[in-house]
Amino acid sequence: MMDLFGPPEIWLPLVFAGLMGLSILIYVVLDGFDLGVGVLTPFVGDADKDRMISSIGPFWDANETWLVLAVGLLLVAFPAAHGQILTALYLPCALLLIALILRGVAFEFRAKTTGRLHRLWNRIFFVGSLGASLSQGYMLGLYIMGLERTWATLGFAVVAAFALTAAYGFIGACWLILKTEGDLQYRAVRWARTGLFAMIGGFGLISLATPLVSPRIFEKWFAFPEILLLSPLPLAAGAAAFALWRMLDRMPMRNDDWAWAPFALAALLFILAFGGLAYSFYPYVVPEKLTIYEAASAPESLAIILVGALFVLPAIIGYTIIAYTVFRGKATKLTYY
Amino acid sequence: MDALILSRIQFGANISFHILFPTITIAMGWMLLSFKLLYNRTGDEAWMAAYRFWVKVFALSFALGVVSGITMSFQFGTNWPGFMERVGNIAGPLLAYEVMTAFFLEAVFLGIMLFGWNKVPGWLHTLATFLVAFGTTMSAFWILVLNSWMHTPAGFEMRDGVAHATNWLEIIFNPSMPYRLTHMLLASGLTCAFLIAGLSAFRMLIGDPSREPRTTFRWSVWVAAALIPAQILAGDMHGLNTLEHQPQKVAAMEGHWETGPADLVLFAIPNQEERRNDFEIAIPNGASLILKHSLDGEVQGLNDFVAEDGTVMHPPVAPVFWSFRVMVATGFAMLALSWGAAFLMWRRRTAAGLNPWLLRAFVPMAFSGWVATLAGWYTTEIGRQPWLVQGVVTVKEAVADVPAGMVLSTLVMYLVVYVALILAYVTMLFVLAHRAARGELAPELVRSGAAPVAVAAE
Ligand code: HDD
Ligand code: HEM
Ligand code: HEM
Repeated sequence: MMDLFGPPEIWLPLVFAGLMGLSILIYVVLDGFDLGVGVLTPFVGDADKDRMISSIGPFWDANETWLVLAVGLLLVAFPAAHGQILTALYLPCALLLIALILRGVAFEFRAKTTGRLHRLWNRIFFVGSLGASLSQGYMLGLYIMGLERTWATLGFAVVAAFALTAAYGFIGACWLILKTEGDLQYRAVRWARTGLFAMIGGFGLISLATPLVSPRIFEKWFAFPEILLLSPLPLAAGAAAFALWRMLDRMPMRNDDWAWAPFALAALLFILAFGGLAYSFYPYVVPEKLTIYEAASAPESLAIILVGALFVLPAIIGYTIIAYTVFRGKATKLTYY
Repeated sequence: MDALILSRIQFGANISFHILFPTITIAMGWMLLSFKLLYNRTGDEAWMAAYRFWVKVFALSFALGVVSGITMSFQFGTNWPGFMERVGNIAGPLLAYEVMTAFFLEAVFLGIMLFGWNKVPGWLHTLATFLVAFGTTMSAFWILVLNSWMHTPAGFEMRDGVAHATNWLEIIFNPSMPYRLTHMLLASGLTCAFLIAGLSAFRMLIGDPSREPRTTFRWSVWVAAALIPAQILAGDMHGLNTLEHQPQKVAAMEGHWETGPADLVLFAIPNQEERRNDFEIAIPNGASLILKHSLDGEVQGLNDFVAEDGTVMHPPVAPVFWSFRVMVATGFAMLALSWGAAFLMWRRRTAAGLNPWLLRAFVPMAFSGWVATLAGWYTTEIGRQPWLVQGVVTVKEAVADVPAGMVLSTLVMYLVVYVALILAYVTMLFVLAHRAARGELAPELVRSGAAPVAVAAE
């Protein structure tokens, strides 16, 4: 049975790398928008803060669960890599966790306090969202640099930290265009416009640096015929960015037409950027050190997870869709259940 | 201090913080479901008011449980890479099933349960409440399977120093799993029942005029009174099971050094240097009676677990000995209090007009479940030392090669955050109780927007 698709030592790690990549991608898009909304909260007054946070209230927990799944898959499918990556990223990891803790509890505490304490928890909510975004970007940067630590790589990681934060702020603003109306929606459009340029700058820098640090990645992209086959990727990204730029100039439109489009295009940009990165790093899971085939767990253990995943993942996606449908539409009135 | 001991303290701190909140949420999901169903059946508004109040506590506890749980899933990699390298083939699938079957279920339906009240039909809201409760219980199931396997590993073989699964049914239903799961679920029920009883008593004491705290007080005291004998029985059976698989742990719990008939040590000061108890109050042959059901039954002593060269292969005695006593003492305090209150209420058929001193006794007991649960876990986990997986991997073999200073710095950060959050959490519960007692809760929450709902425009 397991040999149906060839030797399981080959296809199982590949499938798991795919599943892991998928959950990281879903995580970055979903938690990306809710972290981004958090990063944007200091720009508005109390009433609008409530509205912004209410637009992500029912979703953030499930969004974060994709991170648990991604780390879980790394842990279970590539245990050796999990150890190497996480010990190399020990400090930023701890900072990420503390930021996520503070932000997650702030949702509840800010809702149950008033006055000075309420403002304190609002600030904690912002600091947590910002800290989580920055540390994720920093970790991404170090990972791209092969987990090496020199002044140059650390500098790159800092740039990546800001780039990812900008990207989250951008997709968060696009989410707000979809979920809000009136003055707040106008502001969201403005944020999205600024965020778009910051993000393009950041992603551009990352795309330039990656082939420069790694001759192997340079080879993968700029050899013939790969360069032709791959060209749709940057072209599509460019087209999406252009469409966003034109569209944001006209937002919000009459009858709120197309309010969903910026978010969809932003997600598309994330997907393309992620695809590029994934292509660059395959087959390595620890850059230049450990391939997915060397790091994989025993095939029998992977198989037993896969069987479960095949049944459970569609169900998860199904009820995630239900949840987003139940809470569709504009976030306006505040009612606790 | 080296990285090993610091990593152990850090892991202990993180999991201790984490477990506080699941212990509440696992049972509270079912409690809320019972409130909802009782309301559906009786139409009594007090049950709905109870749901509204306790769902807020649930949401807060859940948020703390989730964020501390995320920390847990990173811990294996950051501090114990050797664990996954050696037994990842077993631990991995169990953790993966927990994420897939439990975490998503609870996280997704939590949104509907908390904020979907006026957005979905009543039955769907009840169903969401059920699914969240079910999800938290599933999560306890899978993690306890893994934890039990670490204490009583089964269904695997070692190849080149790495564990490979041979029989998944044996792994899941490993010898200590049924006992540990039962004991933990009951512990959660008790923790939650005492929390509800304690806060409800507090509300009555500060003069809450509504019927709601009386209703929840009575309900939770009945639940506690029903669960505590079962818990004591389950604990006893759990101990007998441990005696079979980890005799060194039971010897440490009992403070029993020499193999032979054992006294039931009620109080003592274990002295590991001299390998004896310094001061002892004991019931002669009591432990033999409990553990072996005969007065002169032979119980293995700690001295059997010292190798020829003097290497100690049993856990540190004092912490195991003491934490076991803290748990058992708390258990008997719960028994006395819940049965006393249940008896009085049965006589008067109501919770109104109960002696205020009885109510006052329930207030500090609100968090007794935490004390007993942590003490129980310390008994179990420290009792497994020096092993990480009994007989397979020691803790030392699994620890990460991270500089001690780095572990220390993150440990300090975590501790500061945890202490602050525990204080904030406990304060918040009492503040909520105060507001509820003054009837201020509902309007306030709507105004400040308790992570409120996105109401559809259509
Ligand atoms: C409300 C919580 C609570 C209460 C009142 C008790 N326990 Fe407990 N106990 C736990 C909560 C707990 C726990 C936290 O759930 C543990 C830790 C690991 C486990 O499986 O359960 C535990 C562990 C634990 C162990 C160690 C299992 C091992 O060796 O791995 C024993 C022998 C007992 N318990 C026995 C008892 C007895 C005889 C009690 C009677 C008063 C008792 N417990 C009350
Ligand atoms: C939830 C309640 C739990 C509590 C309160 C708890 C408590 C502790 C404590 C205090 C230690 C330190 C023991 C020592 O160093 O002497 C420890 C160690 C450990 N426990 Fe637990 N534990 C719990 C559950 C679990 C579960 C479910 C797992 C695994 C799935 C687990 C895995 C470990 C590991 C890997 C260590 C580190 C090695 C060690 O120091 O012994 N624990 N735990
Ligand atoms: C090393 C051990 C553990 C790990 C790695 C771990 C991991 C996690 C994670 C990642 C979450 C968040 C899930 C989400 O995003 O919704 C979580 C929540 C939860 N955990 Fe743990 N956990 C551990 C120990 C335990 C133990 C011992 C129990 C109970 C017996 C437990 C019960 C729960 C429950 C019920 C939740 C649901 C959320 C809540 O109630 O707050 N976990 N855990």
